[in-house]
Amino acid sequence: MLLIEREADFAPAPPLVKVASERASIPVQGKAKLKTYSPETELMLAVRDQRDKRAFGKLFDHFGPRLKGVAMRSGLSSGQAEDMVQDVMLTLWRKAHLFDPTRAQVSSWLYQIARNRQIDILRKENRPMPEALKAESEASEESTSDALGLEQEVSALKLALAKLKPAQREMVEKAYLGELSHTDIEAETGLPLGTIKSRIRLGLEKLRHELDGIRKS
Amino acid sequence: MTSIKHHIPDALLLEYASGRLAEPFALVVATHVSLCDECRARLSAHEMAGGAVMEAHEKAALSGSLRDNVMAQLDDAVEEAPVYERSSIFPAPIMEALKGRPPKWKPLGRGVRQSILKHGKAGSVRLLYIPPGMAVPDHSHGGLELTLVLQGAFSDEGGHFGVGDVEVADDAVEHTPVAAKGEACICIAATDAALKFNAFIPKLLQPIFRI
Repeated sequence: MLLIEREADFAPAPPLVKVASERASIPVQGKAKLKTYSPETELMLAVRDQRDKRAFGKLFDHFGPRLKGVAMRSGLSSGQAEDMVQDVMLTLWRKAHLFDPTRAQVSSWLYQIARNRQIDILRKENRPMPEALKAESEASEESTSDALGLEQEVSALKLALAKLKPAQREMVEKAYLGELSHTDIEAETGLPLGTIKSRIRLGLEKLRHELDGIRKS
Repeated sequence: MTSIKHHIPDALLLEYASGRLAEPFALVVATHVSLCDECRARLSAHEMAGGAVMEAHEKAALSGSLRDNVMAQLDDAVEEAPVYERSSIFPAPIMEALKGRPPKWKPLGRGVRQSILKHGKAGSVRLLYIPPGMAVPDHSHGGLELTLVLQGAFSDEGGHFGVGDVEVADDAVEHTPVAAKGEACICIAATDAALKFNAFIPKLLQPIFRI
């Protein structure tokens, strides 16, 4: 089985969740940023809070060639792919105020923007997007540790991806880069999503916790 | 607190995250996620995985001028696209499809009404208004059909579906949904059947006349 267990995914999660108690113990000095944010998150926060163009340039250098690689794989010409990179990176700059490290990573945010642009270019469609959540008023200790928790999950996820056998990794790439339909995904028993699934489940718990907090506030 | 019991299956959520899912279905998924924190969290998790895949992807060299071009545009003024907000029972993605206006209902007979939101080669998506106790107009569909309840409820062989619940019918599942008594049932339904009015309406009405 892969990550397609409809009901099982909603079963009470096994005790793999390090919920509030443990995360609250992460030392937080006032609202100072912790050193453990990834370089990309640090750069993105500088873009968001200081409109730092140098930080933006570094994000461009890191993500630009990867965004182009993905776009060309999906059938865009080199020119179209560069137009896309430009649009996606400018969207990142212009929507920077919406970036919230407790809910998304720079990479997941860019992934989402890039998929939208690609749908627009290749199919002339707008992808309907879910309603935005109301922004939290102020960063709290809790949300700082949530953000760090998310960072840890994503690093673990990247490690898990890197350890996959080439054939397995290829299937994961295909699924996430829009080369497989949901019926393909359901039928693809070779999709090695066991590890990823457990990582996703951890991420899910963090996010669920986060959403709970928003609803109560 | 939400009482949603019928969610978007993971494979479909992944197909949405990857951008492959056709627009009519993507609209139903985006609407469900707007109503369902559970699926919002699962979608975010898929986007994290997607981001990780993108970040690990092979790079393609950028032409020399691209960076300067982008940097030069950072201070340009931009027109903001309109942002649509939830209005009564319609979450923001539906309001966007309606361009902020109320739905234009067209009668299908017996009090049943529909309002087409989008239709094209990839399928169609509509709002359906079903009076209490009435059978939901069913129609044959060769592939996927998603039906999400926005108001009221319906029941069929697949169970009971209340507000926020989504029924996923793959292939030609035989089902005869009936709207619950009480409030009228309003749904958003996406199907990959091409929209042919002449052939479509009589088919739609068949189950109603059978009541």
